Amino acid sequence: MSATKLKPVDVVVVGSGVVGSIMSMELASAGMRVVCLERGKQFDINTDFHAPNVYDELKFDRHSDIFQNLARDTLTFRNNGAQTALPMREMGAFKPGEMVGGTSAHWGANARRFLPHDFEMYTRIKERYGTSFIPEDCNLQDWGVEWDEVEPYYDQFEDIFGVGGKAGNLNGEIQAGGNPYEGPRSREYPNPATRRTYQGELFAKAAESLGYVPFQGPTAAMTQDYRNLYRVQMLQCASGGFCSSHVCAQGAKANPLTAVFPALMRQPTFELRPLCTVLRVNTDSTGRKATGVTYIDGRGNEVEQPADIVILGAYCFSNVRLLLLSGIGTPYDPRTGKGVVGRNYTYQQGGSVQIFFDDREFNPFIGGGMVNTSIDEFNGDVIDRGPLGFIGGAYMDTNMRGAAPIKAKPVPPDTPAWGGEWKKAVAYNYRRAMTIAIHASCMSYKQNYLDLDPTYKDAYGQPLLRMTFDWHDNDLRMMQYMTERCAELGRALNGSRMNSKGKGSHFQITGYQSTHNQGGAVMGADPSTSVVNKYLQCWDVPNVFVVGGSAFPQNPANGPTETIGMLACWAADAIKESYVRSPGLLV
Amino acid sequence: MTLSDKPAGASYVYLQEPEIRFLEAAVEHLIPTDDLGPGARDAGVVVYIDRQLAGSWGTHGRQYRSGPWMDGTPQQGYQSRYTPQEVYRIAIREIDQHCRASFDRPFAQLAQDAQLRLLQQLEKDEIALPSLSSKLFFDLLWRNTEEGYFSDPLYGGNRGMVGWKLLGFPGLPSGAYRDLIASHEPYHAEPVSVLDVQTGRVPVDAQGFPKHTLIKPGKES
Repeated sequence: MSATKLKPVDVVVVGSGVVGSIMSMELASAGMRVVCLERGKQFDINTDFHAPNVYDELKFDRHSDIFQNLARDTLTFRNNGAQTALPMREMGAFKPGEMVGGTSAHWGANARRFLPHDFEMYTRIKERYGTSFIPEDCNLQDWGVEWDEVEPYYDQFEDIFGVGGKAGNLNGEIQAGGNPYEGPRSREYPNPATRRTYQGELFAKAAESLGYVPFQGPTAAMTQDYRNLYRVQMLQCASGGFCSSHVCAQGAKANPLTAVFPALMRQPTFELRPLCTVLRVNTDSTGRKATGVTYIDGRGNEVEQPADIVILGAYCFSNVRLLLLSGIGTPYDPRTGKGVVGRNYTYQQGGSVQIFFDDREFNPFIGGGMVNTSIDEFNGDVIDRGPLGFIGGAYMDTNMRGAAPIKAKPVPPDTPAWGGEWKKAVAYNYRRAMTIAIHASCMSYKQNYLDLDPTYKDAYGQPLLRMTFDWHDNDLRMMQYMTERCAELGRALNGSRMNSKGKGSHFQITGYQSTHNQGGAVMGADPSTSVVNKYLQCWDVPNVFVVGGSAFPQNPANGPTETIGMLACWAADAIKESYVRSPGLLV
Repeated sequence: MTLSDKPAGASYVYLQEPEIRFLEAAVEHLIPTDDLGPGARDAGVVVYIDRQLAGSWGTHGRQYRSGPWMDGTPQQGYQSRYTPQEVYRIAIREIDQHCRASFDRPFAQLAQDAQLRLLQQLEKDEIALPSLSSKLFFDLLWRNTEEGYFSDPLYGGNRGMVGWKLLGFPGLPSGAYRDLIASHEPYHAEPVSVLDVQTGRVPVDAQGFPKHTLIKPGKES
C-alpha cells in the first residue's frame, strides 16, 4: 500500500499531552503551520466528562478507556537481561493515557518543580562526595541545563497550569510558609496555596517536633477561579475526590484539555488530527534530516505528512520507540555501554506509612487536587549523604486524594486479606487512618534500558518496546532510610497502630505505583551519553526534537509533569527564537 | 431476605446455574454477612461478576492478547491465555470436579468450614487443577468480589450501597466539600450513587452535585 502524501507543514507534533499541546500552542501562535497527531480519541471537556458518570471509580480507575488500549500496543517487560521479556497484558504499575490531552488528562495535579541540584546531580555529587561515591553501575549525569536558564520556563508553565502554592524562596530570599529548600523563584505562584487539612495539621505538628519545616505543596488544581496565560478560564477545585485517574468534571484540574486546547483550537495555523497512529519519522538519504512522519489515520490509510520540523511529544515509551523504529540515534547496547537510544530508562521509588487512630475520625473522601502538606528535608542534597552512603532523595507528604472505596481501604498490620476480620478492619479504619507517603528518586543504571522486543508485535506489525528494569541496591538502601524517617514521623503522630508499605526488592509490573516512566532519550551536553542536546534537539537529526519525560537522565523525587511542561516551554522558545532563524544544531 | 434467596431481581447473562451457586457460596466467605451488615452475596456481587464477564473486560477487550504465551515470573503479571470468562468457566468446573472426587458433592453443597478451607487452599495454589492455577482464579475472584462490593451500584453489586455504608463513604461528592476541606468535624451523609442520580432518585444542583442528607455518626444503616 502506498502512502498518501500530504502538503508539507512547518511542524508536525506527535502526541497531544502536556508537551504536544503546549508546543503546538507556542509554535502556532507564532504563526507556524502546525499539525498535531494523536492516536487517541478526541473529547469535549465541556460535555464528555460530566456528572454523575465521572464519579465512578470502577470506570475510570479499573476499566478506563482513556488509558492506553493494550490490545493494540503495549510493551514487554523483564527484570534483567537473562529473562525473557513478556507483554504487559493488563494495566498495572503505570497508566499511560490514550486520548487528546494525553496521560496528563488524568494526572493527580502534583505540580512540583525539581530542585536546582537535580539538574546538575553528577557535578554536585562529585564535588561534595567524590566520584567514588557514585554507585558503580549508575549512569549519573547532568542535564546540560542549569536552574537560572530554565526557571523562567517553570514560571511560564505555572502560569499556563494555574499552579497554586506559597513561595519558599523568592529571588534568593527565604519566605515563611513556603518550602525553604526550593530553587529561587522569580515570582510568587499564580494561585494561593491549598488550605491545610486536619491530617495536614497533624503531620505539620509531628514534622515540627522533629525539626522539619512543613509547607503546603503545590497543586495544579485551581485554588481559586483563574484565567491563564492563554486567556483560558478554570474554576476552583471542589475537593470532591475522583481526581487522579479521572478527568475532572468541574474542569478545575489544569491539563491540556482545560488549560491549553480551548485556546489552541482557535489558532488558524493549527490542525489536530485524532485517531492517527504515527509509525515512524522519515529521514532523507543522508539520515541527518527528517522529512516528516508516516502514520495510519482513522480510516486505516497510511499517510505521509512532510514537515520541516518533527516534534516527538508523546509519552516516554512512545518517544523512545519511535526513535528506535525510525533508526534515529544509535540504540543503546548494555553489553558495551555504547549507544544512547533506550539508555537511562528510569522510574520512581516510593512507599508509605499508614497511621491508625482510635481517638480521631477523618473525612478521607474529601480531597483530590493534590491538597498536601509536605517536608523537603530529605530531598535533593539538603542533608549530608556522606554518612548515609547513598545518592538520591525523597519528599514526604500527607495528601488528601479523596479515598475511593475500591482501592483506598487501609488496614493495620496482620489483618487477614479477606473474610470477617478483614471486613471489620476496613469498616473500623477507613475513617481512622492517615497516610504519610514517600516520593523518592530513582537513579539510572547500566542494566536498565529500553529496546525493541524481538518477538512481540503491535496491531500494525511493528515490534513492541521492551523494558529491562529492576531496582538497584543504592535506591533500596535509600528507601530503607526514608522509610525509617517516615516511621519516626508516624510515631510522632501518636496513633494506636502503624503499617509500612514499600515496593519490594524487585520491580513488578502489577499493582499501581506511578505513571512516572522516564528516560531513554535523555538530554545532555555529550552526544555519547545523550540523545538530545539541552534544547531537546536530536544530536543526529537536528530537525527532530524529542520532548518529555524521555529526556530525564535520572528521576528526581518530585513528580515529573511540571518539569515536562517546563521543557515544552523551553524547547518551544528555542525553536521560535533560534532554530527557525538558523536551522541546524543549536549547540 | 434469607440466605437461600437470590438477590431480588437478579438476572444473569454469562454465568450458568452451577456457577452462580458456586460463586454465591464463595463470595459470602470472602465478605461475610455479620452484625456490620450484609455480605458479598446479598450485596449482589455475583450479579456484578456476571455483568463484568459479559462485558469487554470479561473477554479482555483492552488487554494484549497475542502469543507466545509463557508463565513468566510473578513480577511479569497476568500471562494466562484465558480471558476472565474462560478462567471462571474452567476453574469452577474443575474445582467442583475436585470437590466431587474428594467429598462427593460440589463446592456449593459442602459444609461451611469445608468451603472456607478449600478457598484457603485455592488462595495458596494448593489445589492442582488440570488446566489452570487455582491461585489465578482465586485472585481474580477476590479482586472482582472487592470491586463488586464497593463499586457503584450501577454495576449490579453494592446493593443498597452496603459497601459504602460499611465504610462511611458518602459516594458522589457534595458541593459543600470545598468548604469542609480543613474541617475537623466528622462528616456523615447517606451515600448517593451514580445510579441514584441517573434514575432521578436524588436531584443534583447546577454543578452536578447531589444534595447530601446528613446523618449522625454511627447511624449508617
